[in-house]
This record gives sequence, C-alpha cells and structure tokens, in this order.
Amino acid sequence: MADLKVYNFMGIRKYAVIFSAILLTVSAWSLYTQGLALGLDFSGGTQIEVGYEQPADVGQLREKLATAGFDNPVVVHFGSETDVLIRLQGEPDQKLAEQIVEVLKGDNQQIELRRVDYVGPQIGEELREDGGLGMLTALVVVMLYVAIRFQLKFSIAAVLALVHDVVITLGIFSLARFEFDLTVLAAILAVVGYSLNDTIVVSDRIRENFRKIRKATAIEVINESLSQTLWRTINTSVTTMLVLSALFFIGGELIHNFAIALMIGVGIGTYSSIYVAATVMLGLNVDREDLLEQVEGELVDDLP
Amino acid sequence: MLNKFPLWKNILILLVIAFGFIYATPNFYPPDPAIQLSGQSGAMVIDGSVLQKVEGALGEAGIDYFDGQADGESLLVRLNDINLQLRAKEVIQAEMAGEYIVALNLAPTTPDWLSSLGGQPMKLGLDLRGGVHFLLEVDLASAIAVRLESDLQEIKTVLRKEKIRYRSFELKGNQIIGQFRDVEQVQKATALIRNSYRDLLPETSPGQNPLSLVLNLSIAASSIIEDSAIKQNLTSLRNRVNELGVSEPLVSRQGKNRIVVELPGVQDTAEAKRIIGKTANLEFRFESQGKSGERFEFKTPRGQGPDAELEKKSIITGENVIDAQPSFDQNGRPQVRIRLDGGGAVQMGRATRDNVGRRLGVLFIEYKTKLEKTIDENGELVITPVPFVEQHVISLATVQSQLGKEFVITGLEQRESSELALLLRAGALAAPMYIVEERTIGPSLGADNIDLGVKSVTFGMAMVLLFMVVVYRAFGLAANVALTMNLLLLVAFMSLLGATLTLPGIAGIVLTVGMAVDANVLIFSRIREERNNGATVQGSISAGYDRAFVSILDANITTLIVALILFLIGSGPVQGFAVTLSIGILTSMFTSIVMTRGLVNLVVGGRKIEKLWI
Repeated sequence: MADLKVYNFMGIRKYAVIFSAILLTVSAWSLYTQGLALGLDFSGGTQIEVGYEQPADVGQLREKLATAGFDNPVVVHFGSETDVLIRLQGEPDQKLAEQIVEVLKGDNQQIELRRVDYVGPQIGEELREDGGLGMLTALVVVMLYVAIRFQLKFSIAAVLALVHDVVITLGIFSLARFEFDLTVLAAILAVVGYSLNDTIVVSDRIRENFRKIRKATAIEVINESLSQTLWRTINTSVTTMLVLSALFFIGGELIHNFAIALMIGVGIGTYSSIYVAATVMLGLNVDREDLLEQVEGELVDDLP
Repeated sequence: MLNKFPLWKNILILLVIAFGFIYATPNFYPPDPAIQLSGQSGAMVIDGSVLQKVEGALGEAGIDYFDGQADGESLLVRLNDINLQLRAKEVIQAEMAGEYIVALNLAPTTPDWLSSLGGQPMKLGLDLRGGVHFLLEVDLASAIAVRLESDLQEIKTVLRKEKIRYRSFELKGNQIIGQFRDVEQVQKATALIRNSYRDLLPETSPGQNPLSLVLNLSIAASSIIEDSAIKQNLTSLRNRVNELGVSEPLVSRQGKNRIVVELPGVQDTAEAKRIIGKTANLEFRFESQGKSGERFEFKTPRGQGPDAELEKKSIITGENVIDAQPSFDQNGRPQVRIRLDGGGAVQMGRATRDNVGRRLGVLFIEYKTKLEKTIDENGELVITPVPFVEQHVISLATVQSQLGKEFVITGLEQRESSELALLLRAGALAAPMYIVEERTIGPSLGADNIDLGVKSVTFGMAMVLLFMVVVYRAFGLAANVALTMNLLLLVAFMSLLGATLTLPGIAGIVLTVGMAVDANVLIFSRIREERNNGATVQGSISAGYDRAFVSILDANITTLIVALILFLIGSGPVQGFAVTLSIGILTSMFTSIVMTRGLVNLVVGGRKIEKLWI
C-alpha cells in the first residue's frame, strides 16, 4: 500500500515563528494602545433597539435625539435598514426607553420597541473582572490536565498555543473595532476549547509516534505525526467552519460577533495546532526520554 | 469475533434511541396561548362557578376559547388565537373586578402519555420568549442604618427613664456615639447597654476619650439583619410579581446582595418596572408640636401645599399593613382603605387615643438612585450610582377619633391610590433596592430569534451532513445517523433536565453539530490510515476505533472543563451556551463512538469484505 506522504512542516518553522511573532506583536500593540471596543455588557450604559417599517435615516435620528437633550447618542443600523440601535452612556431613567420612543415617534412613523438593555457601571466592571479571571482559570486548569495526561513540555506547548490563539483573536477584534460583548467572551472560551482539541489530537499522535518510531529525530517524528493528522485537522476545521458560516449568515445580528470570533479563532487554532504547539515542543527539546516512564508495557503492537 | 457487538450493547443503543425520541417529542407540540386566573390569597376557591363567569365573559366578547379548567386554586382557559390573548385578559379582568390575578400563559399541549413519563418541552430563555429581566441590588448598609437609628432612639428613651444623663447621643457612620459629662454616667450607661443590647458592642480601646461611649453593631447581628433584609425583599418582590399577573416568574437571590427578577412574556414593561422598581414605604407620623420636628414637602397629585413639619418618630410603617384596597369616598374621591396587623392596630390605637384633634401625616418614602459622573485621576469618566431618598407628605389629616384596625388615607389620585394600595399590600421592602441591570426583549424579537436559530441549526447541519457523505461515503452516512441522533439526544436531555434554551444556547447547539463529527473524522481518518498501512478490513476498523478513542476522550474532557468554567463565570444566556455545549459533548461521545460502531458492525462486521467504502 502507498505510504503516507510526509510533509516537512517543521522545515519552515522559522517562518512560522516570524509570522506568529508579527501577529502577536500587532495584536498586543493594538490591545495595549486602543483596547477592545467593549460592548454594553462590559461598558455599562443603555441600549435600545427599535424597528421601523421603512428604512430609517440614522443621521437624522441622531440629530433629533441630540436636540431632544440626550447626551451623545450613538445611533446605528442593526442588521437591516429598518432596525436601529441607539446607545446612551448615562443616567438610566425609569422612563428613558419611553422617552426615546416618544421622540422617535414624532414624525408619525410606526415603530416597535424591540429590545432595551441597561447595564449598571458596577455590573460591567464585575463582568470584566470575572471574564479575565475565567480565562486565566481555564488556561491553568487545562495546563494541569495536559501536564498530568501527557507531560509538562506538551502542557507548556498546548497552553502557549492557546494564549497565541486567544491573543490574536482578541487583537483582531481590537484592530477591527468589532464589539466585544458577553457572547464574544463565550466564543473566545469556545475557541480555547476548540484549539485545545486540535492540539491534543496532534500531541496524542506525537506521543504515540515517539514510542513507536525508535530511530528518528524529534523533527522527523513531529513531521510524520502532523502529516498523519493533517486530513483530520482540515476536515474538522471545514465542518466547524461550515456551521459557523451558517451562524454568521443566518444566525442574526445578536450572534454575528460570536460567529466572527469563532471563525477567526478556529482559523488561527488550526494553524497553531500545526505550527505553534509543535514548534514550542521542539524549542523545549522534546525527546523520547520525556515519555519514557510511561512507555513500559505499552509498546506491544497488537496488530500484525 | 472482530467487529461484532454483544447483544446488550445493541439493546443499549436501541434503548438510548427510544429515550431520545420520547423526551424530545414534547418540543414538537406547540403550546396554546392561554389565560390563567388565580386568587389574591390562597384562601380563595376557584371552581366551576368562577369558570362559568370567565367563559361567559369571553363568549360575550366573541373570543374563541376551549378546554377551560378550574382546579380549585387556579383556572386556565386556552385560546385559539395568540393575538386575542391581551384582549381576553382585559375582558376577564373587567369581569372579575380586580379580585383575581389574571395572567397571560402559554399552556403546554404535551399529550398525557408523554407527561406521565415526565416528558416536557424545553424551557425557553427570555431572549427567545420575550420578557423582562431585572437585576436589583439591595442596599444593605441602609438596612443596618435603619436598625441603628431605631436602637439609638430606644437607648435615648431608656437612658432618660433610668436618669442617666448624657450630653449627646448620635449616629455616625456605623457607630452610635454618646458623649457624657462624667465617667460614672458612662459606666452606668455601658452596663445598661451591655445588659439590654447584646448586639451593640461598646468599644474599649486604651487611647479613647473616657467621657464618650462608642457602640458598634456585632458582626453576627449585622449579618442577621442583612440576611433577613434580603429575605423580606424577596418575599415582597414575589408578592408584587404575583400581583402583576405573570405566569412562571422567577425571583431569586444572586450572590450576597442581589436579586434577579425574570418576567417572561411581560409586554407592558413600563408597568412591571414601576411596580418592581418602586421601593416605596409609608410612615405614619404626627404633626410636630414643638421644635424637634422634621420638615417635609407636602405634595399631592393636585399640587403642592405648604411644607409640613412632622415628628421624628413614626407610629407605624408600611410593614404593619396587612391589606390595602383602593376605593372611593362619598364624594367620589379616590382613597386607600388600610387594615393593620395586631401590633400595628394596638400602636395606632394607643397613639391616637390621646391625640384626637391633632393632625396625622402620611409620609411617602421612595428610594431612588442617580448616577454621578466624576473624572478620576486618569482623566477617565467614572459613573457611580448614588442611592438617595425622596420623601414627601402625601396626606395630613386631622384625627377625628381613635384609630384602630381599619382606616382610610385620602389625598391621592386614582392611579396613585391603586398603586399605593398594591405596594402596601405586597409588602414593604426592608431595604431599598436599585436596578443595576435591566434587559427587555420584545415578543417579536424573541420569535425572530427562535426562527433564526432554527434556520441556522438546519442549514449548518445540512452542510455538515453533505460534507461527511462526500468525504467518507458509507461511513459518512453512519456518522450522519449519529449526528442526527446526537441532536435528538441533546434536545431530549435539555428537556428532561429542565435546562433553559437561549439564543447563545442555540449557537452552542450549532457549534456542537460542527464539532461532534470530529470524533468520527478522527476514527475514519484512522481507519483509512490503517488500511493504507496494509491492515485487513476488519482489523483496520477495530484498530481505528480503539486508537482514536484516547484522543477523543482527552480532547472532549478538556473542552468540557472549559465549558464548566464558562458556566461558572457566565450569566443567563451565556450559561445557556455552556449548558448546550457540555451536554452536546457528552451525547456526541456516545453517538459518534458507540452508535456509529454499532451501525458499522451491523453492516460489515463478521463479513468477508475486500474493499471499504470510506
């Protein structure tokens, strides 16, 4: 039977390092200088979505609200020409939503109040803290699990790959000024889960091959393992991207940024499970010896 | 023999499939719009006669209904048209003249045989159903301040009675501080307080002024006060929510000092907010005769009067009210008829007996919050909520005779009188609360979200099914059967566990569909690989499943860990995402490993096959 074609993935790892370094630097720079465009969940404030029967002119609405005495109203289309989202940073009044609807109704338009969100400043702050804390806890717990199930070098590689994916996804959100809300935070954690999935499958194969192939360098073993899992990596990414595009195109405006975050994350995660985790392992001089204690008794091949 | 399942495994698979079908089925029966009627107190009997009245009113108004049922405690009438639900509510409310609570409801149509097995449809989150979500923060510091203030007044009275002279006694922050002229008086006062006020701890630091007495509330006492304040607020909120007429409301504590209120299907959000958010209380105080009064604005809906000066001490508060009903006096002016509990009646009687002819003021107290904008040292705008109290006198009337258990308050407008009655009836709040988060989802948006969710699940699923057949052919078909069963099982478990489906939850289902095939992709890739390495057909299938298992397990456990963390830090809708993701991971492990293996074994197991269609 035909042998599997082994690609020399690790041969171009220098370029991968440079590529990742550029992405990471740009992301970190953007996150540091301009931060994330925080959505209402994290920034606090009031947000009102209204539906018109005809396409609405947001510029005109903005002026109208400003003349009515609302402080710096942000008025944008939401999903379609007939949907308008109004955002205000300020005092939540019991009647704010009704007042706004009153102002907007001025010119005999039929409008429908679709959604009102008010998030107090203290809630936004708590969510920011909890979100950061959750992300850190996830990374630490995952690192521990991988360290126990595999080995410390695998664990460091897996977590660095995760940090790589999360920072770049956040960086792209920051650069593109996509709104970062709770659903996006959920998506980022799902990216952690997905990217980890990929990295573990690859690591699993690397571990197996280290035990099976005795006379090979680490680079050869890793190249072989990556080649063996390549189609699985690609096929799973394709199915995930397929469902994400379904969410992106028909899931509606509320799920839009969630889908974007996951698409970016899955893309980066696929790349990182091939290049980043393995490169880090090589950098840490991963070796047969690292897996030696666990090898005993497991080397018996039960197949002809 | 290679690739043959023992009988019990095949039976297990069949049982799981049957389980999935049974518990997912209730979701395919759409609920009926309905009107639910219940009594204002548990003592009211709602039987056939009430049902007849309700049905009569509906018939007269020309609203189609069916299957009216009364069980003694409540009554449910189903409607054919959801657009008539609000009309029907108004009609019934008008007919029953406010004696009953009328609520909109969605009545499940699950067939009896399914519900007898515990089958029920999934609960829908507010973002899919429409409704209001409030997060209220209870101001516990003020509950403690109220307690300290009342202790302070009592201590002053007792000290005067015991002839212990003090220069001043006042509340400073969380401490009661007394100043005395000589040390002997300090000692006497300390002894008395040690004896009768165990919760107040005199501060005894060495460098302290010997002529002053500093009292701190003990930690145990303050935590009891805080706890009971939250509990009372919860009870009052539940009562208020019941008065609003909402089916399946949720009122529960969250964390140390917050309360979540969720009102599904509420359409008049302004009313809900007014009732929930209103942290009003009443105090009855005499008009002051001396100099030691407190000045308040006199404000009624008809305008402002001259300021009123009331005594500092209240006779009773809203907490003593057991019933309050809006009504009209002989001249048709709105009033509130109030009934007091035993203690309240005694106090009111005692206070008014010797004070006929004096004027009694009703002080209306409302706790509100405003946001204060300040610029911090980094030049950033910081917005902090500052609670404040608004008090004004709504009525000042001469006491005509000794008051007892029942009396009336006048000087209100009609809407105010019914609202005040409701607030008094539902119970006062032990501590003020303010809204820290509010989310209102219109009913049409909820319906749109369901629609979009179902569409994206369908499209996403269709694309994955197609992809799998194209890439893995016959084995792809097996994976597709498993994927479909996975969706069914996911829905079945969510329904059985009573988990709430939210929009991010639907996104979680979609994501699960994409990621669940990963296990099969892993297995099938491995089988292909084994074939390429020259293994036999049966051998490669067996090895493929065995070897991929460890990877699948590790990968899924780590994802499960992440989902768990997401559940712990997330709230509401995001938790919904974590729930669907976790359940999806567990069910997909079963369907993609055990179920596809069963199918494959059934078709190729034990046969002599030269070529695998993979």
